[in-house]
Amino acid sequence: MNTGFRFRRDAGMRARAIALMIMGLGMLLSGNGVAEYGDVVLNKRAEREGMAPVVFPHWFHRIRFRCKVCHSELAFEMRAGANQVTMAEIVQGKFCGACHNGTIAWSTENCKLCHSGAPNLPSRIHGSHETLGPGRW
Amino acid sequence: MNTTGWAGRIWRVALFTVSMLVLTAASGGDTRKWKSIAEDGLHDGDNPAATALQSPGEALKMLPPDGAGNQVNWVKALRDGYVKPRTTLNETTPVQTLDADILMKRTVEMPYVRFPHLAHTEWLECSNCHEKIFKSKAGATPVNMFQILQGEYCGRCHGAVAFPLTECNRCHSVPHKAAKEKP
Ligand code: HEC
Ligand code: HEC
Ligand code: HEC
Ligand code: HEC
Ligand code: HEC
Ligand code: HEC
Repeated sequence: MNTGFRFRRDAGMRARAIALMIMGLGMLLSGNGVAEYGDVVLNKRAEREGMAPVVFPHWFHRIRFRCKVCHSELAFEMRAGANQVTMAEIVQGKFCGACHNGTIAWSTENCKLCHSGAPNLPSRIHGSHETLGPGRW
Repeated sequence: MNTTGWAGRIWRVALFTVSMLVLTAASGGDTRKWKSIAEDGLHDGDNPAATALQSPGEALKMLPPDGAGNQVNWVKALRDGYVKPRTTLNETTPVQTLDADILMKRTVEMPYVRFPHLAHTEWLECSNCHEKIFKSKAGATPVNMFQILQGEYCGRCHGAVAFPLTECNRCHSVPHKAAKEKP
């Protein structure tokens, strides 16, 4: 019995299955991408309360801040939808309001710059033309 | 001196010039494209923000190129000073980096994975990964590719904000032979 050989063969098939899975979906998704890679929609309450969904661009903020500023100092959980962000707390200087306070960045009066999303967008992160985001291939 | 010789020479020079032009266009020219805010399918085109917000291409075309994700090599952009993102808001917040690579060998027939702490801690805090996503002990976390594709482990960030999982070779970068040769 040559189990060593069998294992190698099965393992190789597993690698190829993963590669095929990714390439197949890559082709399906190419060309009709939406959003810029890393854009997050926050819409747990906004639209229900009459405001457009919020679009948060990672690319724009990471030019200006390291990840650790938001995900460690400001304690934003790294999971789209996991943070209970409310407008009242933002105005009090929490979450986006730690910067959007008229000193580090423009203040919360500019509603539409944050509430800029198209109608009916669910809360989630967006990938690019290669990927729709984690777990969505 | 005969005319056909001249014609042939001119023809060859012309061909050479054209092919050089094509070559420089293909290699030197930046062919990256980004969707504008108004047509990205996410922003509401009727919202005044659609024109007020910066379109990604305007800023990202200035940064070192990459083939996937934001089409920017963010590691290079940071190290070569193209971007100078703030590290803390509060001056008293401690900052740590770590220069230690971890070689991850449970990759079957794919090349081994080299995890570089330095490239990560230049952006991230230790607590972004330890102990919730990864244990602080090489080999102790049961990482595998299917879970990564589901958005766990490395897939928390890669496929979301950091370069996507289609870039196999950037993680699987150490051929088995090269790893054996090292002591
Ligand atoms: C200016 C603040 C800010 C910066 C800087 C920032 N993020 Fe985020 N990040 C957020 C917000 C806000 C969310 C969405 C949270 C929510 O929906 O509850 C998020 C979500 C995420 C998620 C979750 C995605 C998912 O799959 O659910 C990941 C991963 C992430 N960020 C990684 C990063 C990385 C890596 C960097 C640095 C390159 C970074 N972030 C920089 C604010 C920031
Ligand atoms: C810096 C970005 C930003 C600005 C500016 C901003 N908001 Fe928000 N707003 C948010 C985020 C993020 C949420 C949480 C979204 C969610 O998950 O539904 C939110 C939620 C809301 C909600 C939902 C209910 C609640 O209280 O959380 C309302 C209503 C709202 N905002 C109104 C406004 C109004 C009115 C303005 C202008 C005066 C404004 N916002 C400006 C980011 C912003
Ligand atoms: C760590 C600080 C920080 C945090 C936290 C932060 N922002 Fe910002 N944001 C900035 C800065 C700085 C700018 C640029 C301001 C300027 O150009 O004057 C900006 C700009 C923006 C822009 C405009 C981008 C453009 O194209 O001009 C949007 C939209 C935005 N932020 C949304 C948000 C939302 C939504 C949140 C919370 C989920 C948030 N920001 C949290 C610092 C921050
Ligand atoms: C992006 C995620 C990430 C960040 C940020 C990070 N680490 Fe790690 N770390 C890992 C991974 C992955 C491993 C390997 C875990 C495994 O193999 O189970 C590891 C392993 C370690 C180990 C064990 C090394 C060994 O040889 O056994 C130590 C110690 C460690 N990290 C310390 C740190 C410190 C200190 C920081 C902050 C300066 C940090 N890490 C930041 C992902 C990270
Ligand atoms: C973000 C980094 C990263 C990327 C990108 C990546 N991998 Fe992996 N891969 C890993 C890690 C980490 C492991 C587990 C290694 C360990 O635990 O020793 C792994 C394991 C594997 C394994 C071993 C079997 C298994 O299920 O774990 C295969 C096969 C594999 N990857 C294939 C691929 C292919 C094919 C691609 C590209 C389509 C890819 N990987 C892209 C990090 C990555
Ligand atoms: C908490 C978020 C996070 C996690 C988890 C994470 N990465 Fe990264 N990784 C980043 C960011 C941010 C960068 C910078 C490049 C970028 O954004 O595209 C990066 C860059 C890299 C690079 C490129 C280094 C270079 O010099 O070009 C490699 C390789 C890499 N990661 C491998 C891994 C592997 C393997 C794992 C899992 C064991 C992992 N990463 C987990 C956020 C993360």
